[in-house]
Amino acid sequence: MQEFDYVRVQSVQEAVALLAGEENRARILCGGTDLLVQLREGQRQARLLVDIKTIPELNQLHYDPVNGLTLGAAVSCLRLCQDETARQLYPGLVEAASLIGSVQIQGRASVGGNVCNASPAADSIPALIVHRAVCRLVGPGGERQAAIEQFCCAPGKTILQRGEILVSLHLPPPPPGFGAGYLRFTPRNEMDIAVVGAGAAVILAEDQQTIRWARLALGAVAPTPLWVEAAGDFLAGRAADAENVQQAARLARQAARPIRDVRGEAAQRSQLVEVLARRALETAIQRARAAVH
Amino acid sequence: MNSKPYAKKVQVQAQINGEPVEFLCEPRQTLLEVLRESLGLTGAKEGCSNGNCGACSVLLDGVLVNACLVLAVEIQDKRVLTIEGLAPREGLHPLQEEFLRQGAVQCGFCTPGMILSAKALLDHNPHPGESEIRRWLAGNLCRCTGYEKIVRAVQAAAERLSQQEAAVEVKP
Repeated sequence: MQEFDYVRVQSVQEAVALLAGEENRARILCGGTDLLVQLREGQRQARLLVDIKTIPELNQLHYDPVNGLTLGAAVSCLRLCQDETARQLYPGLVEAASLIGSVQIQGRASVGGNVCNASPAADSIPALIVHRAVCRLVGPGGERQAAIEQFCCAPGKTILQRGEILVSLHLPPPPPGFGAGYLRFTPRNEMDIAVVGAGAAVILAEDQQTIRWARLALGAVAPTPLWVEAAGDFLAGRAADAENVQQAARLARQAARPIRDVRGEAAQRSQLVEVLARRALETAIQRARAAVH
Repeated sequence: MNSKPYAKKVQVQAQINGEPVEFLCEPRQTLLEVLRESLGLTGAKEGCSNGNCGACSVLLDGVLVNACLVLAVEIQDKRVLTIEGLAPREGLHPLQEEFLRQGAVQCGFCTPGMILSAKALLDHNPHPGESEIRRWLAGNLCRCTGYEKIVRAVQAAAERLSQQEAAVEVKP
C-alpha cells in the first residue's frame, strides 16, 4: 500500500484544521472499508489519514421526541442496527444499513462514510432521503446544514468543501401514522451492491386509508441517489390503494435515468425500479398501519 | 508539511489474545500484515485483501472485522482476538471441536475466519436459526465445503455451549 501518515483526532476543529491545511492530500479515515481498498488499489492518493472516529461528537447516537434521531457520522452500521429505538422508529434506515456488506463490514463501516463515499448505489442514502435526514457539516468557514438529497452531486462527489466534514445526520421524529422501508435488488442475497435500490416513507391519515404525505427515493439509477418528488406529490391526499401505488411506481420509472454497467442493463433497471418502488411503498404503508397511533 | 518524512514507524500498544502487546509498524500496514509478519500469528489468512472473503476475520473489542481493512495503528488500546486465542489452555473451543467432528474443514484456509465469525454470532445470539447463521457467515467464503457442514457445526456448537451454560447454572 502507498505510504501515508496517520493522525487520530479528538475534536472536529482539529480534524478541520488538518484537512484544510494538507493541500488536498489529507483524507478522512472512518471505518476504512472503502478508503483502504481504494488506497491499496491506487484509486485514491493520500499523504495523511485523519482518523475521525475518535471524536466523541461523531459517535453520538440518541433520540428524543422533539429533535428526533442524532446519528454521529462515525457510528457504525452495526451499532445503528442494534439500537432498539432506531429499529422501531427508523425502519427504512436500519434496513438499508443492515444490507451494507457483511457483518465484518458493518462492524467497521459508518453510515456517514457510506454517505460521503457518494456512490450512486449507496444503500443508506435513499433511506435517509425518505426519512428526511439533514446533514450537519463543519468546515473552516463554520457550520452549515444541508438536506441529504442535496448532499451528493456526482458519483463520488459531494457538496463538502475542502476541510469540511460531515459531523452528524439528523432525522426528524416520525409523526403518527408514519411508516418506511428500503429494499434493493441484487443477484446474490448477501455481499453485493444494489442493481437498483428503493426507499419509501408515508404518513397515513387517522383513517389509515389516505396518504397525507409520501417520499420515494431510488439508488443506482442516476449519477446520484434520486429523490422522486413527483411520486410523493402524486400520492399526497390520495387513497393508499394498489392503483395509486402502482401509478407512483410508474412515475419513479419515468424519473430514473439508468445506465448499463457490470451489474445490470438499463432496461432491466427500469423494470426493477417500478417493481421495487411499488414494494417499498407497500411496506411503508403496511408499517404505517401497524404503528401505534 | 511537504518536507516531512513519511512512513515513520509508530509504536502501538494493544491487547492480543489476552496478552499485552507492543509493536512498531508503518501507518500503511494493516492489522493483518502485522499479525502475520511481525507477531507470528498466521491463523488469520490473507485471501482477497479487500474485505470480500473474510479469511482474515478477527474480533476487535468483541466486534467482528476484516483484519485486512483495519490499519495496525487503529488498534491502539484495543483488544484483538485471533484464532490462536480462542481455545482454552487445554483442548479446543466447542466451535473448533464441532468443525472437526462435522467435517466442516477441507483445505482449512477459510476455517479460522469462519470460526471467529461463528464465535461473534454466538456471543451476540446464543440460539441462532439457520438463516441467521448463514447471514453471519456470508462474509466468509469457502470454496470447498459447500457450507452445509459449516452451518451444522455452528448449530451443534451452539447447542453444546448452551448446555454447558445450563449445567453451570444448575451447579450452585
